[in-house]
Amino acid sequence: MIETVLFDALRAAIGPTAAAYALLAVGLNLHFGYTGLLNFGQVGFMLVGGYGLAIPVAVYGQPLWVGLLTGIAASVVLALLLGAPTLRLRADYLAITTIAAAEILRFLSRNSSSEDVTGGVYGLRQFAGDFYDVSPFPPGQYLGPLAFSANRLWAMIFGWAVAILLSLAVHRLMRSPWGRVLLSIREDEDAARSLGKNVFLYKMQSLILGGVFGGFGGMVFVLSLQTIQPDMFLPQVTFFAFTMVILGGTATAVGPLVGTVLFWFLITGLQSGVRAVVESGILPDVAAGQAVGASTLIVVGGLLMALMVFRPQGILGDREELRLDVR
Amino acid sequence: MSADAPSAAAGRPIGPLAGVAREPGVAKPDPVLVVDGVRRSFGGVRAVDVAHLEIQRGLITGLIGPNGAGKTTLFNLLTGFDTPDAGTWTFDGESLGDASAYAVARRGMVRTFQLTKALSRMTVLENLMLGGAGQTGERLSLALVSRAWRAEEEALRQRAEELLVRFKLDHMRDQFAGTLSGGQRKLLEMARALMVEPSLVMLDEPMAGVNPALTQSLLGHVKDLRDREGRTVVFVEHDMDVVFDISDWVVCLAEGRVIAEGPPEAIGSDEAVIDAYLGASHGRDRPPRRRPPHERGAA
Repeated sequence: MIETVLFDALRAAIGPTAAAYALLAVGLNLHFGYTGLLNFGQVGFMLVGGYGLAIPVAVYGQPLWVGLLTGIAASVVLALLLGAPTLRLRADYLAITTIAAAEILRFLSRNSSSEDVTGGVYGLRQFAGDFYDVSPFPPGQYLGPLAFSANRLWAMIFGWAVAILLSLAVHRLMRSPWGRVLLSIREDEDAARSLGKNVFLYKMQSLILGGVFGGFGGMVFVLSLQTIQPDMFLPQVTFFAFTMVILGGTATAVGPLVGTVLFWFLITGLQSGVRAVVESGILPDVAAGQAVGASTLIVVGGLLMALMVFRPQGILGDREELRLDVR
Repeated sequence: MSADAPSAAAGRPIGPLAGVAREPGVAKPDPVLVVDGVRRSFGGVRAVDVAHLEIQRGLITGLIGPNGAGKTTLFNLLTGFDTPDAGTWTFDGESLGDASAYAVARRGMVRTFQLTKALSRMTVLENLMLGGAGQTGERLSLALVSRAWRAEEEALRQRAEELLVRFKLDHMRDQFAGTLSGGQRKLLEMARALMVEPSLVMLDEPMAGVNPALTQSLLGHVKDLRDREGRTVVFVEHDMDVVFDISDWVVCLAEGRVIAEGPPEAIGSDEAVIDAYLGASHGRDRPPRRRPPHERGAA
């Protein structure tokens, strides 16, 4: 029984969905951790990335690379639309705008009037063919007890490769003078301005870059599931991504990746554990059906509170650095 | 300005301003900053209403005035951190009226803040290196190509290290700026502003909250800006001893207007200035040292 739980947890922790979330988290870390931008609508970037990829392929019969480019372009456009009116204002305005915009996008894609393009609530399918055609893995079962299918393995390796590559890029960017300007904006944007830095431009670059990472997250997500539906993009996705960033260590290069793996390991392990306990009859009814999800969220919430109390800097963060924040 | 001139700074008008009339808005022989009709109101309060003001190049100009006189607001307006209701001003002959704060700094007019803005979670060295103007590596397109900016970065580091030594912060170079004391933060901010290579430095209360020992060294640094590097300095200060010690010229604001200007000693006995500082100082040869309570003992 413990084995089953452990394998379930591991399967989720390294699976393609986790890789997609890792991409969201890496982008969010660039926004929130390094630039101090409060983007509460990262899921919106995930959505436009996903639909940007799926619509040209599934609806208009374009090849996958066209979908990839539209996905990126859609993320850039969303960042420009959100950033232009808000990045000159206080941080809160971006937060309000992004969370609202992400929900508006979800409702728009659900709407029956957009059914021809987005497939409405039913969403779209059959856009991932090209992606799996280039998979180097012949059909079969992989990774021993984890029992990954060839497709799942390919999506996983692709997703994590992109996530790790982008994390490396962020790491190097943050060690460049460009990164130094981002940090200074996080610390005090008026100081950055007084030294001749075009704060608006840098914030916009950060928003676009992190948003495109979120868009990639959406693409990996929908490619791995081979379907896209509006309700995959609920607001809590953003907050899960925030949780992963903070869990791993805000403003650290590897933190978002570590946080993502840990988050999925915990939440899936707990779910699987509770289910196993219910099945063995120790906890009848209490955690049956829907309640499994709810009860795991309660436990995860409790664990997060404990983390904030005992290790507020996350797994990899620097406690000294955090203490300086209290001015 | 020759290097052996600082002794003349002890309150006497020096060189170019010797023959200039001591009246508000007077024209100077070589102004670097010319302000015309700048007004800014907050609600019904007219915070700044400067008809005409010229700042002489290469000298230290002190900006004084009671609390609420509009000194910091004027700073904010001139450096692009606030927008005036009306008015124009030129810096080095070019209009700066609608330039944003970063553009003002790039033109060579750099300010510091009354409440110091140390970038807490960056090291002291990083704070300084940020100041470097026109860095190639600050462009996103080149940030990943470290070959393109490695040499520039190294030169910048050297310049920063020299400034750290000069400002006696070199032992803190790898510490987070958030760990610095109040006085050290003032030093850091001044050093960081110098990294931009400004021709005009605007210091907003550089001595506030600094202990007396450090005040002397800060004063020395301000004089150095003029004497060693030929920069123009405008500073806001409440401590009259400081103002008299280092200013070549003093401008007094009250209720947003320039009510008097002249060499420090003339200002100290100016009727309008004494009135502005409330009657308490009548009969003395200069306004009393007025330190608002929040500055006292803050060092």
